[in-house]
Amino acid sequence: MKKFTKVTSSAVPLPIENVDTDQIIPARFLKSITREGFGENLFRDWRYDQSHEPKSDFVLNNDIYKGSILVAGANFGCGSSREHAAWALVDYGFQVVISSYFADIFKSNALNNGLLPIRVSEDHLEEIFKAIESDPNASFTVDLENQSLLIAQTENLIQFEIDAYKKMCLLNGYDDIDFLISKRDEIEKFESTYKVY
Amino acid sequence: MGLTLFDKIWDAHVVAQIEGGREILYIDKHLIHEVTSPQAFTGLQSRNLPVFRTDKTIATADHNVPTINQHLPIEEPLSAKQVAMLVENCKDFGVELYGLGHPNQGIVHVIGPELGITKPGMTIVCGDSHTSTHGAFGSIAFGIGTSQVEQVLATQCLLQMKPKKMRITIDGDLPPNVLSKDIILYLLSKLGTGGATGYFIEYAGSTIRALSMEARMTICNMSIEMGARGGLIAPDEKTFDYVKGRAFSPQGALLYEAITYWKSLFSDEDAIFDKEIKYSASEIAPMLTYGTNPGMGIKVDQQVPIQTDHESPESFSKALNYMGLKSGQSLEGMSIDQVFIGSCTNSRIEDLRIVADFIKGKKVAANVKAQIVPGSKQVEKQAIEEGIAEIAEAAGFEFRQPGCSACLGMNEDKVPRGKYCVSTSNRNFEGRQGPGARTLLASPLTAASAAIEGKIVDVRKYPS
Repeated sequence: MKKFTKVTSSAVPLPIENVDTDQIIPARFLKSITREGFGENLFRDWRYDQSHEPKSDFVLNNDIYKGSILVAGANFGCGSSREHAAWALVDYGFQVVISSYFADIFKSNALNNGLLPIRVSEDHLEEIFKAIESDPNASFTVDLENQSLLIAQTENLIQFEIDAYKKMCLLNGYDDIDFLISKRDEIEKFESTYKVY
Repeated sequence: MGLTLFDKIWDAHVVAQIEGGREILYIDKHLIHEVTSPQAFTGLQSRNLPVFRTDKTIATADHNVPTINQHLPIEEPLSAKQVAMLVENCKDFGVELYGLGHPNQGIVHVIGPELGITKPGMTIVCGDSHTSTHGAFGSIAFGIGTSQVEQVLATQCLLQMKPKKMRITIDGDLPPNVLSKDIILYLLSKLGTGGATGYFIEYAGSTIRALSMEARMTICNMSIEMGARGGLIAPDEKTFDYVKGRAFSPQGALLYEAITYWKSLFSDEDAIFDKEIKYSASEIAPMLTYGTNPGMGIKVDQQVPIQTDHESPESFSKALNYMGLKSGQSLEGMSIDQVFIGSCTNSRIEDLRIVADFIKGKKVAANVKAQIVPGSKQVEKQAIEEGIAEIAEAAGFEFRQPGCSACLGMNEDKVPRGKYCVSTSNRNFEGRQGPGARTLLASPLTAASAAIEGKIVDVRKYPS
């Protein structure tokens, strides 16, 4: 996994609640056997019409919005457990997703792929959407070490939560699997004392 | 302080606690399928690792398989490749595979219980969010991403934060023709798609106790739709009777020993939940969704609302626009185009029996295309033996072969753009059943009646 430390970028607004992973990457694009290439079908059916032409009213097709931070409505990533959703966002170029809360499995998938989900209050989410609305180039700085999100426009520095272990993983580019493999002796010891029917 | 059912199972599976609150959780059974496993096996290969516990891993092909002519090679090249990859990976890594053509093949959450793989007290994971289904047996079962599939393949463990605990208690008798699917759609309409995020739900109360194992699975299956990691129900005699005598069930003295242990799996009287909600069964009615998430549901005799507590006005109107529906409109009497009876939510033998009882001697309306997709080869076989397939075909239903099918439209079974499908599946997201498809989630009985009448009807009007 790539290391994550600090990101300064403008942001792409998606002020819709309950964005499900079927929208992020529709099921018909899950037939790849690799982790790459999903970005081109990110938000496929919101982004392209039936004749595969870009829909002008969708934010990813609007040139004034760009950047590696996606800002979305509450409960982002609900539905299917498909990690392809996180792969698609990363492949497209997003490094951070901000929302007022995330679906659990999506959050875990994002963290396992170096995509930082930042949970902010409803009020702060509103403030961020407003900042982007008034200036599409509004800049945001995410500092993982200090667990802070700076809204340059309002100079508001928001603190966000992340558990210490996951923070360490992201800062160092570690995967859970490396950690778990290092614990195999303990796992085997557990198995010898444990009974399942 | 007493322990919850969830605590008892979880705590028994903690290998170690680590800094920051995470725990190494041991997994008793890992179910895998063709769509979310290839990248995990590639990961193992690149690390030169074996599957750590092949005896705790079982694979099947379900998500993208065709539901006709399963004896022939898969026509769609990408699906064929993904299924071939699963076959190859299972062979290379020594994992038991119930692939196409195998008598145990089927939707992963249907075959687990019917083979006795799913048992009380277990931890079960799968790269599929509807893994919560297995919680009906009093197990901790939840969906995981592909990186976690790789972790479990490599170590039989996951790093997890213990979720909060919620108990939903439902007491009383259900009104006639109201099924467990209506219960979960009702809960969803109350809590919304994010209402249980961060929680693991225990379903309790006399209404839940009175349900069959199949009906309990339907409820636990859709726990994820409320945002919960999973849902579970304390095992009881019904659970033990269901588990007994199945291929992977303990036998003889071991079964006796197992049941003794399983009987200890309940929430203590003084157990504390982070959240408790209570409902009365009498307030539940046949439910249908009208929007583009499973929380957007109403009773069959209610009108499409003007707004909800869970969607902003913009998101709400986007959903109605997609569905071609208006606030104030009644769903009852609305003409529909397609009926899909299947998916890990409602494709078990009991569901098919309910449908067959209703459609026997009747004909599918001329405006409707109706399909039954059994959940597994075993369900298919049983449905044929019991005459259900014959009843279905005589009524004008297609009786197809097992797979996830039109629930997520990964194979050819899709709902055409703009068409209304009354579906027993679990998700009505935009495009879920095919680009532009309009899904109305409902119980098998509501779906069967819609197929016959060609429109949405209140099944309480029929004899129970």
